[in-house]
Amino acid sequence: VLAQEFGLGRAALPEEIEAWDVAVLPDGTGLPEGSGDVYDGEEAWINNCASCHGDFAEGAGAWPVIAGGDGTLTDARPVKTVGSYWPYLSTVFDYVHRSMPFGAAQILTYDETYAITAYILYSNGIVDDDFVLSRDNFTEVNMPNVDGFIVDDRVDTEFPLFVTEPCMSDCTDSVEISKRASDIAVTPPFPRLLLDG
Amino acid sequence: MTDQSNDAPRKAGGASRRDFLRTAGLAAGGAALAATGARANAPDALITEVQPYASFTGEGVDATPYGMPIHFEEHVVRRNVEWLTADPISSINFTPIHALEGTITPQGCAFERHHSGAIEMSKQEYRLMINGLVDRPLVFTFADLMRLPRESHVYFCECAANSGMEWGGAQLNGAQFTHGMIHNMEYIGVPLRVLLEEAGVQPEGKWVYVEGHDASSNGRSIPLEKAMDDCLVAFYANGEALRMEHGYPVRLVVPGWEGNMWVKWLRRIAVYHAAVESREETSKYTDLLANGVARKWTYEMDAKSVITAPSPQAPASHGAGPMVITGLAWSGRGKITRVDVSTDGGVNWVEARLAGDPLPMALTRFYVDHVWDGKPMLLQSRAVDETGYVQPTKDQLRAVRGLNSIYHNNGIQTWYVNENGEAENVEVS
Repeated sequence: VLAQEFGLGRAALPEEIEAWDVAVLPDGTGLPEGSGDVYDGEEAWINNCASCHGDFAEGAGAWPVIAGGDGTLTDARPVKTVGSYWPYLSTVFDYVHRSMPFGAAQILTYDETYAITAYILYSNGIVDDDFVLSRDNFTEVNMPNVDGFIVDDRVDTEFPLFVTEPCMSDCTDSVEISKRASDIAVTPPFPRLLLDG
Repeated sequence: MTDQSNDAPRKAGGASRRDFLRTAGLAAGGAALAATGARANAPDALITEVQPYASFTGEGVDATPYGMPIHFEEHVVRRNVEWLTADPISSINFTPIHALEGTITPQGCAFERHHSGAIEMSKQEYRLMINGLVDRPLVFTFADLMRLPRESHVYFCECAANSGMEWGGAQLNGAQFTHGMIHNMEYIGVPLRVLLEEAGVQPEGKWVYVEGHDASSNGRSIPLEKAMDDCLVAFYANGEALRMEHGYPVRLVVPGWEGNMWVKWLRRIAVYHAAVESREETSKYTDLLANGVARKWTYEMDAKSVITAPSPQAPASHGAGPMVITGLAWSGRGKITRVDVSTDGGVNWVEARLAGDPLPMALTRFYVDHVWDGKPMLLQSRAVDETGYVQPTKDQLRAVRGLNSIYHNNGIQTWYVNENGEAENVEVS
């Protein structure tokens, strides 16, 4: 326990903390009272989310894909979605409630957020269409990629390779150009910096 | 390349005065003089004729209460790449590092990365909450924060995705685009530790969660040790208030760590028993490896460097002879101790000259005073930091991580410089 030194600031009131601390942790800390089912979630999804993320959470245009991509994480082009990649359901509830819909965030009630979360689970084939999500059963949902993450291991896996005395001369045989940005030509036009112009 | 014909000054008689000045200026600094060892065949009218600026007056001191760069420098601006993101609100732009010198980034062209746009908030509206596993949950106004002890430090802020488009090969043509998700500023603010001590962290508190006032919130979890070490709650950058797009009036500075954690428009600091595992540390800012497993909590930005000139946007149009090769190096794990430069694609290296005394977790400027023989070059730079870590090649990184980790690409950059001094982003093998 650390001591107060300056006496600045004032006590935060419970209503203020409740308004701003809406974070939900993987163990369910922060989950509010409430519940929602897949059918209510579908309705809320169509009204608030489908114009960007598709009727079935499959994505629309260049907007993020929310469902699908199972088993693609070792593919050349992985499809990372809630179902194929996200480790925790808490993140879905928390992020949707706090930051979606894009451009009109913080309009969803807790019950709507439970329902939309249930619909996202259903769209990803994780629950059946009669599923009801609530604070009580929230942490029982099994997310497919929950074991798909390791804590940063660069110090163990990369430092032994890269903390070395580097070569200074005749390090390799001659080198050849293997890739050129001009072959792709996707850079926006820009004026070159001409010191004489 | 611009017109650098030898006879440009002789056309002046038939041209307007404005045209004359422009063409004369081109020839004076151009290849014609460089190639002949700076020997003029005719007197330089910029010297022999009285110029308007040497006769008439310039602008008064009341013309510009807060100035912008002179219009000749209008190319030194942020640029974006439309196809990188679905919209320009949750998107990125790039610092013109190819045109900057030294280490301090001018705020007006320092890159932006927002997830729900740059919000406008006044100091009067600003509130900062500290809650969670603390003895005294607190609310601070901006005026409160201004009464706490301040520190100043220079640090780089590099987006975790800087160079991310280059994992699969040479793609964008210019240091601004390949390495410009970075800025380096002198910050003044209150140590995060001081605020946490005012609230009193309880023994069960292991993680500090920080989030912004904007709709995206950008919440991230920081281990308590880092929060109590060197993080700053910053109000000023490069001598003045933060720019709106950089978090006005208050942002978090997390030295050496990925830019995503530098939460802007900081609204709440919460102490929890565990990491929140928010969207920005699960779905995003996790690094997928070739085996389908992803690294999380890859906080530090490893040692990295890039040659800013010559580079694709800054060609060496002066021809053979003396040439300044310059660039930037940095490391999230401490000071830069050395930068090596190669002109032959990594076969041979020379040690560059570091400008000034490198600061930990800050941009460091390097120079090689090169004499160019006019033949094509494959330019590379290789940073070394105080841990002994040597900046790897892209192929070395790919051998460990594969092609889909998106973030933390600190591989060595190669510029192909042709006989005309024009540079291109390439890879070599």
